[in-house]
Formats: sequence, structure tokens, C-alpha cells
Amino acid sequence: MASFARSLAARRRSAINYVRQHWSLYLMLVLPVAFFIIFRYIPMTYIQIAFKRYSIVQSVWEMPWARNNGFEYFIRAFSNRDFLYAVRNTFMLNFLDLVIGFPAPIILALLLNELRLKRFKRFTQSVAYLPHFLSWIIIAGLARQLFAPTNGMVNIVLRRMGFEPIPFLNDPTHWVFTYVLLGVWKNVGWNTIIYLAALTNINPELYEAAAIDGAGRFQRMWYITLPGLKPTIVTLLILSLGHIMSSEFDRPMALGNALVNNVSNVLATFVYTYGIRGLQFSLTTAVGLFQSVINVIFLLTANALAKKFGERGIW
Amino acid sequence: MVRSKGTTIGDVIIVFICLLLIAACLLPMLNIVARSLSSSQALIRGEVTIWPKGWNIEAYKLVLNDSKYTWSLAWTAILTVICTIVSMVMTTLCAYPLTYDKLKGRKLINSLILFTMYFNAGTIPHYLLYKKMGLLNNPLVLIIPNCLSVFYMIIMRSFFYGIPKSLRESAEIDGASPMRVLFSVYLPLSKPVIATLSLFYAVGRWNGFSDALMYMNERRWHPIQLFLYNILQSVTSIEVVTQEGFMPPGLSDTLQAATVVFATVPILIVYPWLQKYFIAGATLGALKD
Repeated sequence: MASFARSLAARRRSAINYVRQHWSLYLMLVLPVAFFIIFRYIPMTYIQIAFKRYSIVQSVWEMPWARNNGFEYFIRAFSNRDFLYAVRNTFMLNFLDLVIGFPAPIILALLLNELRLKRFKRFTQSVAYLPHFLSWIIIAGLARQLFAPTNGMVNIVLRRMGFEPIPFLNDPTHWVFTYVLLGVWKNVGWNTIIYLAALTNINPELYEAAAIDGAGRFQRMWYITLPGLKPTIVTLLILSLGHIMSSEFDRPMALGNALVNNVSNVLATFVYTYGIRGLQFSLTTAVGLFQSVINVIFLLTANALAKKFGERGIW
Repeated sequence: MVRSKGTTIGDVIIVFICLLLIAACLLPMLNIVARSLSSSQALIRGEVTIWPKGWNIEAYKLVLNDSKYTWSLAWTAILTVICTIVSMVMTTLCAYPLTYDKLKGRKLINSLILFTMYFNAGTIPHYLLYKKMGLLNNPLVLIIPNCLSVFYMIIMRSFFYGIPKSLRESAEIDGASPMRVLFSVYLPLSKPVIATLSLFYAVGRWNGFSDALMYMNERRWHPIQLFLYNILQSVTSIEVVTQEGFMPPGLSDTLQAATVVFATVPILIVYPWLQKYFIAGATLGALKD
């Protein structure tokens, strides 16, 4: 009995000690946790609007369910031509970004790795990282001037060389091409950073051994550098695949114009036009949910695939 | 790495490709500066490439005399400073307690936070919440809802993890409270990560556009990117150009160029610092924690 009381007292003492040592940590966490609850979790309760008829006077819990077992707005979305275009464009633009924009930094990192003049390498890196810090609005401003049909620099040069001017931003096909190209321009340098960091982990003795065996530059790239980068490449590829249906907002908004609407409207811009401008809240919440769910599914699948192929997943 | 003999044709090709890349990055910027400083006649005749033709600083005068534009620049600068401070405080408050392994409930809070990285409610639920909270058209909407980035919090936390635990323990033996340990041990040792993240937050706010477009109708509080977006959109539509018909044709182009230049300059000014710090931050955060 006495020992029980003693252990109880000890436990209480240790509890008091714990609180005395840690209360200020909990105090620090109050604001961040409140932030996540209010600005990240409360909006999640609003997702039910996708299954309900939105009403301005009722709370989300009181709104009446939509028809068709609540799936009314999903059905409406799929019979909306703009939505279907947005799905197609989101997928198409992300896919092209993946095919063209994903290998670009790997190739650039391999090239930078081969540069012998360290000063020149650093300078190239400094310049190539810069576009990453420009906003899409500014890039759109730059591009509009650079690619202007009659007096933009690129078309001036093309004309001087005897070519026809190209409507970079004013014709759907060319717009898609320009969109992808500008994406590469903005991010190719920045995305090399992670590959260059991975390259420093490759054992230099491998290169020495290869050189002794008479391997040329491209053989070394192919048999040593690329395999060394493989885990990084796979991890980043998973992330990109997971985001194949997520859509950027700033980029198509800034680069788009009335002439290319049918290729530049993506899911994010659809939600903006129909929801915030058009006030169709249930429809656009449904579209947002559709997109989030697809994203999570893609991410989980890609991660599972990566693990199956023997690579470290992302979690 | 082993250096084989002499310069090869491969080296020349690689240097050439890098030079092309440098040109591709710098020429568009030279082009826009040249256009902003050229006469409208030269622009219309298509003579301007990377060097100004018919020197003309009219566009800069117009932009600097436009009180709406200069206010928008000033407001964005103020906003950027406020946001950076608020964000850094929040990020530290979140990252530091989570480095205490013995903190009860730490796992729960961790997964609560991480989940928001993979799933978010979407634009409209956020919009409706801000509406309900009275944040729409309120300048606070540009500050609070995005003042804490999970990604940057993880970067800061991994940096804190890298600080030897023995430092903390010896301070604790001397009777220092966690708060005291934060201020006298952790923060002084964390200058690089503080600099990196502040710059990231600042650049993010300076470049931010979508939140203002969605949640802010009050023109007074439009940050520079939204202001610029409206200019770019309106110049392409013919009505607005003819409304301001007193402008000589082509001036709208130089004017547009000048406004873009102004919004870019602050980024170029902080770029050397960004350069100095960001690589560490980018590589820290990009890999799994």
C-alpha cells in the first residue's frame, strides 16, 4: 500500500515536472495548430458543399442534399463542355511538361557536371537559376514583348533570316508549345540543383576506375553518372506523376488570352471562372474535390509502383 | 574527377550549349529593358532588339508619375515585409517544439500537419471560409491564410535537428527554459536557414498573384503582380487602348515594358543574397525529411 502511494506520488511528481518543462512548447504550438485547424481543416468540412445545394443563408451542415444521391453536381460537371476541355488541357499540359520539362534538368545537370572551368560553371548556374524567381506574370510580360507578332525580337530575327513570323501566343498549337517552352525556361536551371547535389554523392573512384578501363566521356555518363542519379530521378518522377492532374493557376492565367481559351483553360482556371466569378459554388467545389481525389490516387499509385521497382518511395 | 588530356570537341560543344542557355536567360530581359527605353516609332517599325533605339525615358516618367502604380509597388513592399516577419515567427513556433522528441502529442500534430501537404480542400471552400470570416477584400487575406508553409517548416525543423542535442541539454542543466534555449542556442546558430526561408517567403509574397485575384476586389490593396496582370490584360484589349487614345501608338508597348521592368528590379536586387543561401535550402527540402 505504501509502495503504491509512493509510486503514485512519484508519477505525479514526474507529471508536474513534465508540464513544468514543456508547457511553453505547447504555448508556442497554439498559433500554428490553430492556423492548421482554421485555414486547412475547417475548409475540408466545406467540401460537403459539393454534394449539397449551396445556400447563402444556411450553414454547410444545414444545406439540403443535391439530387441524384448528392452527385448532381458531379453529373453536371461531366456534361459541361468547358469542364471536359479543362480536364483534357490539364492532362495535356502536364503531360507535355513531364515529357519535355522533366528530362531537361537532368541533361543540363550532366552537362554542367562536365564543365571544367569552375568559374564558368558557377556563372552559368547563377544565370540559369534566375528565371525561377520571376513570377508568371512577369514572364508573361516578358514573353508578350519578346514574341510580339510584328515587332517582337524573336519575330524580327526570324524575318531577317527569311522565315515567316510565328504567332507564339496567339494560336492554340503554338501557344501550347510556348507554354511548355517557357516552363522549361523558368525551371530548368533551378531543377538541376537537386541533381547536382546528388552527383556529389557519387564515389569519384568509380570515375577513376572507368578512366583506367578506357571509358570515354559518354560511357562514364551512361554507366556511372546516370545510375548514380537514378534514385533521385525516380523520386522526382513519382512526384511529377502524382501531380499530373493538379493544375497551375498563375501560369495559364498569365499566358492565356481570348484566342487560345480552348487550350489554356485548366481545372484551376475553370474553378475560378465558374466559382469565384460565376458563383456556382457547388459545381466548382465538386470539381475541386474531383481533382484532389485524382491527385491523391495518382500519388499513391506512383509511390506503390516505385516501391515495387525497388526504389525508395517518397514516404 | 579524373581529367583526361587536353580540351576535346566534347568540351567545346558543352560550353557552347551553356552559352546558348545563358543567352536564352538574359536576352529576354535585355530585350524588355531596351524596349522600355526606345521611342515608340522605333518599336512599331520593329527595330528594337537588345539595344534601345531612339532613346526615350517617357515611359519611366509616366510610370513614376502614376500614383496608383507607385502606391502598388510601395504597398507590395510593405506587405512583403509584414508577411515575411509573420511567416518566420509562425514557422519557428511550429518547427521548434516539434524537435523535442519527448513532447507528448508530437506525432499527432506532425501527421495533422503533413496531411495538409497531400490533400487540400480546394479553392472554393477556402473562398467561402474567408467570406464567412470577413477576410474578403480585407488586406489580412493577403497575409494570414498562407503565412505558414509546411514545406518551409520541414526545412527549418531539419535544420534544428542538425544542431547537436548536447548544446540544448547543457543549457537545460544550467536551468534554461525551452524559450531561452530557442533564443540563446537555436536561433543564433540558425542564421543561414532563417535567411534562406525569409527570402523564400519574401519572394513568394512579392510574386504572389492568385490570392489577390480571388479574394481582393479593392483596387487599393492590389499587390504589384495583380496590378501588372490587369495592365497586361487591358493593353491587349483594344477598347482600353483607344480609351486612352491620347497615347501615341506604340507607347503602350514601352509603357508595358517599363512596368514589367519595375516589378522585376526588386527580385534582381535580392538575387545575390538568394543565390548565396537558396541552394542549401533547396537541397535540404527537396529530399525526404
